[in-house]
Amino acid sequence: MDFNDTPEEAKFRADVKEWLAANAKPKSDGGVPKRRYETGKDEIAWAKEWQAKKADAGYAAITWPKELGGLGGTPMQSVIYNQEESNYEIPPGIFGIGLGMCIPTVMKHGSKDLNDRYVQKALRGEEIWCQLFSEPAGGSDVAGLRTKAEKQGDKWIVNGQKVWTTGAQFSDYGLLIARTDPDVPKHKGITAFIVDMKHPGVEVRPIKQASGDSGFNEVFFTDVEINDDHRLDEVGNGWKVSLTTLMNERMSIGGGGGGPSISELIDLAKTVELESGPAIQDGAVRERIADWYVQGQGLAYTRYRALTALSKGAIPGPENSIGKVVGAKRMQDMAAFGLDLLDMAGGAVGGEQADTIQTMQNIYLSAPGLRIAGGTDEILRNIIAERVLGLPGDIRVDKEVAFKELPTGK
Amino acid sequence: MNFDFSDDQKFLKEQARKFLSEQCPPAVMRAVLEGDQSYDEKLWKAIVEMGWTGTTIPESYGGLGLGHLELCVIAEELGRAIAPVPFSSSVYLATEALLLSGSEEQKQTYLPKLVTGDAIGTLAIAESAQQPLPKNIHLSADGGKLTGTKLGVPDGDIATFCVVAAKTGNDDSERSISLFLVDLTGPGVKRERVKSIDPSRSQATVIFDGAPADPLGAAGDGWQIAKEVLDRAAILTAFEQVGGADVCLDMAKTYAMERYAFGRLIGSYQAIKHKLADMYIHTELARSNAYYGAWALHTNAAELPTAAAGARVSATKASTYAAEENIQTHGGVGYTWEYDCQLFYKRARLLAANLGSARVWKDKLVSQLETRNAA
Repeated sequence: MDFNDTPEEAKFRADVKEWLAANAKPKSDGGVPKRRYETGKDEIAWAKEWQAKKADAGYAAITWPKELGGLGGTPMQSVIYNQEESNYEIPPGIFGIGLGMCIPTVMKHGSKDLNDRYVQKALRGEEIWCQLFSEPAGGSDVAGLRTKAEKQGDKWIVNGQKVWTTGAQFSDYGLLIARTDPDVPKHKGITAFIVDMKHPGVEVRPIKQASGDSGFNEVFFTDVEINDDHRLDEVGNGWKVSLTTLMNERMSIGGGGGGPSISELIDLAKTVELESGPAIQDGAVRERIADWYVQGQGLAYTRYRALTALSKGAIPGPENSIGKVVGAKRMQDMAAFGLDLLDMAGGAVGGEQADTIQTMQNIYLSAPGLRIAGGTDEILRNIIAERVLGLPGDIRVDKEVAFKELPTGK
Repeated sequence: MNFDFSDDQKFLKEQARKFLSEQCPPAVMRAVLEGDQSYDEKLWKAIVEMGWTGTTIPESYGGLGLGHLELCVIAEELGRAIAPVPFSSSVYLATEALLLSGSEEQKQTYLPKLVTGDAIGTLAIAESAQQPLPKNIHLSADGGKLTGTKLGVPDGDIATFCVVAAKTGNDDSERSISLFLVDLTGPGVKRERVKSIDPSRSQATVIFDGAPADPLGAAGDGWQIAKEVLDRAAILTAFEQVGGADVCLDMAKTYAMERYAFGRLIGSYQAIKHKLADMYIHTELARSNAYYGAWALHTNAAELPTAAAGARVSATKASTYAAEENIQTHGGVGYTWEYDCQLFYKRARLLAANLGSARVWKDKLVSQLETRNAA
């Protein structure tokens, strides 16, 4: 039992370090990577240039076979690369969704022509992709989607709306699932397509979140044409296609969410004076800090266990849902606790603790999004119960009913 | 990254599970719980024959000379089997205390007998319902003879010797405490088995009245040694707790897949599914914290006290939560004497108490974090 690389991993890490040192600039202290939605023209150009460099070196898709421009490497090597890259000033990761989710789906379900047309351009960062699954009427219940694609000759005409689409504003192509047959049960009437995001019928509008930020978009489709040769897999097989995408999403071993650090909470508790003395001496305060520390360490070591399994060739499974389900709520609770410690000052940004208050408020305001995005707390508990523990799925009232007969609440 | 047990250690674990599933089905624990024995002697002898009592004892003292990682996997299986034996007292507490600070002579006297089961050891600290702090320890050690009373001594009625914390200094500082080895079968010792929340694991009040004692470690080092022993025992016990939590989750899952209510399996209701998902989450976090503890124990890392507190807090949460919610998932039958849920409920609470409450360990943990923050 140790935390060391195997000799092969160590060699790979050394190669990566050498390449990064020669090609990128080390992160200056406190360098916070820009978020995707803060991505302007300059960042996109920088990201594309960096991606092409990575592709030349084979690091753009480490686990892909060499003939596709990858390195033929292991998932563990991918993790090692990402660990090392995080020490460098790198552009926003605008290719993650495309290369991590959309393109593997095209590879599995798309024709040879589609593969020839899209894979290499995505790999080299020449084209950016987004994923068009969630809809206003189908969040956790993605298969309840209502965006329609109707066949007219060789074309499909798409009308409807997607939501929570990351990167839609700068994407060239999207992986779309749409309803092609409302007369069959909902999972059976869906088809997957590649859609041109620059089509005049596609309109992208940023969503203003509860935090005031805009990290995602709504995407509206009005009579958008898609050639039938841009369909993935058979008509009606869209749900199966989407499962490939989501499985690739889960391949990534999720972190534990952000939030104030334990040191920040301890430092804050030291500065806050209660009637009985510094808050850090208060038993209730200590107990909660200890709980979060133990939870945070538990998540970190669970990740080490998953990495160990990955290093031995295992494929990460649904058990990795723990990271997000615990991490997001933990982050919300810790921020709320920090604001509580600040007592009457916690609601307003000002005074000597202004920076801390601002940080805690930001975290608190962003936490609800984290508990929902990529699977709500409730869906993740279902996943653990069903796929890890083997408990039965929910009794479904929508399984054998034609989509158009389903109650919609309206 | 190799944050896992080795194949050999996993093999040992499998063997232990097989052995215990044959030698220690729940009926064995239940027999002790319902009878008037303090432990299951037959099982204890079989465990001794397996050599587990000598897992970390060097071969020169007759032990197996393995490491703590091996002991961790055995502990997890003992926790699964809720074995009614004095293993934790004799191995995690007494053996660890001797390995840490025993003189060569003391090691030669005790360790071979601990391996063969001719000696059963334990550790006695608490004297009252107060947290066992130096200021709450009054047992005296005049002229090498101990006088005073220890409460809730695990296996105190069956142990043949005991590591005892005594007040040797004039103040309430940590340096005022020293440890002694006492023959519990010798003169000046009276012991009385008391009612235990888990009657399959006995506890006793031990009264010392001029009992001859042999110092263990240097005078004034007692508190420090006791802390180190408790840290080590906390990690090993965390594995027992994780083992027990695992079984509770299995029991709850099995029942949820058999029991129908309102025309469907109760395991199809989200109220039950999410409860079981939470049991799984707590247990996995506890397992991960216990692994880190195992690593710290194995490497004798500077992080050991923090790792021990983390393992203890996490495992206590997981094991009590799983035991409580296992009964809840079963509904009324889970609360009957006949069902095994109660066995794990009682054991979980005993393990939560024996080495000190989660509250106290959390307090210790934050003290360590404060020091680290200041550094």
